[in-house]
Amino acid sequence: MDYGLDTKSTRLKTFNTIFIITWLLIACFPFIWTFWGSFKVRADFFSRSDWWYAISAFNTLIETGGKFTTNAYTQAWTEGEFWKASKNTIIVTVFVVSISLFLGTLGAYALSRSTEKYAFWILMAALIFRAMPHITLVSGYLFPFFELQIWGILPTTIVVLVAINQPFTLWLLYSFFKTVPKELDESALIDGCSYFQAFRHIIMPVMWPGVITAGLFSLMLAYNDFTVTALLLNQENHTMVPKIQSYLGTNQHEGNLMWAVSAVVSATAPLFMLVMFFQRQVISGLTAGAVKG
Amino acid sequence: MPNKTFFWFFLPTGLAMILFIGLPIISTGIQSFYAQHDQIVKEVKKCDPFGCTVSIVVDNEETSKIREVKPLGKFNGFGTYTDRNHLAVDEIKKFWNETESFGAFVDQVTNLPFYKALIFTLTYCLFVTPNVLLLGFIIALSLNAVARKIRGPLIFGTILPMIVTPLVGSLVLFWMIDSQGIIGANIQNLMNDPYLSLKSSKTLTWITIIIYGIWHHSPFAFVVFYAALQTVPQEPIEAAIIDGASRIQRIKHIVLPHIYPVVTFVALISLMDNFRVFEPIIGFSAEGSAQSLSWLIYDNLVNEEVILFGSAAATSMMTIIGIAILLAPVLIRTWKEFKTAR
Repeated sequence: MDYGLDTKSTRLKTFNTIFIITWLLIACFPFIWTFWGSFKVRADFFSRSDWWYAISAFNTLIETGGKFTTNAYTQAWTEGEFWKASKNTIIVTVFVVSISLFLGTLGAYALSRSTEKYAFWILMAALIFRAMPHITLVSGYLFPFFELQIWGILPTTIVVLVAINQPFTLWLLYSFFKTVPKELDESALIDGCSYFQAFRHIIMPVMWPGVITAGLFSLMLAYNDFTVTALLLNQENHTMVPKIQSYLGTNQHEGNLMWAVSAVVSATAPLFMLVMFFQRQVISGLTAGAVKG
Repeated sequence: MPNKTFFWFFLPTGLAMILFIGLPIISTGIQSFYAQHDQIVKEVKKCDPFGCTVSIVVDNEETSKIREVKPLGKFNGFGTYTDRNHLAVDEIKKFWNETESFGAFVDQVTNLPFYKALIFTLTYCLFVTPNVLLLGFIIALSLNAVARKIRGPLIFGTILPMIVTPLVGSLVLFWMIDSQGIIGANIQNLMNDPYLSLKSSKTLTWITIIIYGIWHHSPFAFVVFYAALQTVPQEPIEAAIIDGASRIQRIKHIVLPHIYPVVTFVALISLMDNFRVFEPIIGFSAEGSAQSLSWLIYDNLVNEEVILFGSAAATSMMTIIGIAILLAPVLIRTWKEFKTAR
């Protein structure tokens, strides 16, 4: 910690630097390695004879004539129909984020402005709902969805993801709304606004940082989800993550494993970009509930 | 806010949660008391010049008819809960009577699917949660000592393992650790054992998944601790320095007590998340040696022939009970605080 009186010995500083560099290597190297390997052929990235082939590109040179190849990408996106999966992911993500935020802001605003006892109990219930493993919920959905014949289509999955996401969104936005002074909407009410007008015209404009954070988390949930999308969508409608799993297959033959590698890179890259731009919001979101806790 | 306004504001989100979280839990509860229909068999008499034989075949027509009439299956009461794939009451009784030593009994019981999964899930929680707290705290302390200018990129690098989905995270690690990957191959060389691989040993698989868990969850603990460290007041620390407190003493007596509420929060969240461990098992293709409760449910639901709704639901209910036991101390504490606050 950097405090005025606190002087650090050189040894401690060196140790600290080494520790951070080691940790960053552990945290980041797997992604860099996968990115590098996605431009090789399978015989190099998963070499039976010598792992150094992944760097020297021995087989890639023989098979494609260059040190780098984009075959895995082109095949996964066309033959592997990864374009369809990413289209589905975009549809799911856009709808989940917008519906979640719409429901979440309304609900969290009401919770933050209510002085009644039930508001507390609702928040507790939301905490319990947050703890439910998604797979147990899915086992509850499957049978009714089969019976109602709404299994396998995107709208069902979107609604389910919105609902699963609500407890967290509520908690997050609740703690943000609490930081907006009550006097702000009370003065609007006195001036003759209805609650909804106060919410729409007075509170929302100052809430954008919170809304962006909540939006990012809904986006990450919808984008990253495996349990719900893998079990509630049919093959046609699979989003990116279940699609990656389907490339793994049980009998892994040549093309498919490299498809999975390139698909992993394709799916991860946009997420990393997004987090790079919105790093501040992600961190404030994670700590919003905690620090005040 | 008046109750009526509250109701209209809260209605959409409340409805969504009741319909898609509350009702499914009830639906799971109901399903767990039913089991899929037995196949209806009929006797078919076949006669040829050498005599007549009676064989038993599945009557597909009748079977599908009864499935249509009663899609939920036949009522099974607590039958599913006590069968071999769940609590295995009869088997445990049998083992208790038959085995010589207690060790052998435990050995037998931990080979039953449900107990096997329960033990893996608990082991995973037990090892991952404390290590996540510890590593997250050390990284936070360490990064907090770095010059403010370069912290941004360092934080970005640190949180990468957390933002990818567990399936992708575990795949990325698996491809390196597998015997054909960079780390796996090098370990083989180092140990001089060409057959050493992740899949060959149960212990190795467990260790790998636990390491993955620590790798994936530590950034979350880091972020929360890092933010909490920013709020630690400076005066007591300066006073402690003047009094000659060592670095460790300062952390132990000033920093830790200050961020204690946050530590419990992180411990709770990561315990909840670790209890549902499931995707890494698929990512590491470790089904053979490591199964978790969530994985058992998934396995029932993707069953090739007939989806085992009842079996999945029974495991789900027991998982929910497990979560409730984990959450109980927190809920009781909050309830007491709430009561004293009034």
